[in-house]
Amino acid sequence: MIIPLLKGLAVTLKYFFSRPFAIQYPDEKIEMTDRWRGIHYFERREDGSTKCVACGLCEAVCPSNCIYLEAEVYENGRRFPRVYEIDGTRCIFCGFCEEICPVNAIRLGKNYEYVRHERADFIFDTTFLLDQKKLNP
Amino acid sequence: MELLYTLIEIVAKSLLVFVALLLMTAYNTLFERKVLGHIQVRYGPNRVGPFGLLQPIADGIKAFFKEDLVPARADGMVFMVAPAVSVISVLCLAAVIPFGNDLVLKSGRVIKMVVADVDIGLLYIFAIASIGEFGVVLGGWASGNKYGITGALRAAAQMISYEVFIGLAVIGVLMISQTLNLREIVLAQSGGFWHWNVFLQPVAFLLYFVGGLAELARVPFDMPEAESELACGFNIEFSSMKFALYFISEYAHMIIMPAVAVTLFWGGFLPVVPALSFIPGWIWFLAKVSVLVFVCIWIRATYPRLRYDQIMKFGWKFMFPLALLNVLVTGVVLLFK
Repeated sequence: MIIPLLKGLAVTLKYFFSRPFAIQYPDEKIEMTDRWRGIHYFERREDGSTKCVACGLCEAVCPSNCIYLEAEVYENGRRFPRVYEIDGTRCIFCGFCEEICPVNAIRLGKNYEYVRHERADFIFDTTFLLDQKKLNP
Repeated sequence: MELLYTLIEIVAKSLLVFVALLLMTAYNTLFERKVLGHIQVRYGPNRVGPFGLLQPIADGIKAFFKEDLVPARADGMVFMVAPAVSVISVLCLAAVIPFGNDLVLKSGRVIKMVVADVDIGLLYIFAIASIGEFGVVLGGWASGNKYGITGALRAAAQMISYEVFIGLAVIGVLMISQTLNLREIVLAQSGGFWHWNVFLQPVAFLLYFVGGLAELARVPFDMPEAESELACGFNIEFSSMKFALYFISEYAHMIIMPAVAVTLFWGGFLPVVPALSFIPGWIWFLAKVSVLVFVCIWIRATYPRLRYDQIMKFGWKFMFPLALLNVLVTGVVLLFK
């Protein structure tokens, strides 16, 4: 009866003297895998604007209906998204938008830290998505 | 003049023990979290101050600013008094525990390093410890909550049964040292660690320690606050400073129980070998207490909680007869010595 109890104590004492391998989160972060699907970002053209041509495929394929898109046509016939918003509270990070995009404009990045104090801050607009490119070189 | 000096001495010693005990209690919580963390291959709290040393202060401030809720069905008066009963009784326990060598002043005055050097010290400890259990029982009952009262009932049953054989275990020490005065019990063990009672009364020490854990209501005997079944047991309705008082009393008790064990069995403030007596007694005392506190935490990290009926069976059918046997054997040995 006593021996197994002492064995248990020996095990815990062994771990007491072993090195903790907890990661000190805000200071240290672990590398995300290549296939990690985090917050979206827009690929840019040379002039810095978004590559998006506002075809509306991502809006159509999105299973949780979190993409809102308003297209506008330039005089030269090119389309661009006047409003492009992803609702961060609804998005399930399935990656369908990235998969279906014909010009590879919308991508899912590695950033997973999207805590906000206000619901409104979860709306990812074009500026935000272009900005996220910095976190995903 | 003599009266004045005596008064100053009493007040100074009381303040010293009070402040030291509260400080140790605060850092006991940090110590426990750190040790548990390292046993679970984590770091434990390390964000507040260097090595998390300011964590207890942050916790205290947080508890103080929390909202103090009294449930509508609670018995208001008892609900308020119960945590105080718990904490006061534990603080009172520290009064009779000797924590250092006598101090001889230049005027020839001898200051004993114990707040109250009473002749019935051991009896006092058992009496006051029993009062402390009323805090738990009343608190659970007064909160008007089914989990609270279940915890309180368990606490009452468990603590009464375990106190029986703690008392019997201590009788062995009593028979050897022939006194109830804790200071004299310590001094009777002087002359190196081979004179300690733990070697004369090993069974009594184990009985006292296991019973003490049950008395503290700590894992593996934490029936009154079994998290998985009773949510939090007797203190489920307590918030803010009331909860903090229960917390303080639990962690102070976790220092007092080992302190009494050290006094009775490990030679209190005496050095391990007489050659090391240049190190002051209180350092020896704190060191020994820390070792036992560490063992308490170590046990918590190792064992799961027992079932209620297992605890009762273990207490009454195994520990109690063993305690009686220990008294009998001690008596026979003393008789034929």
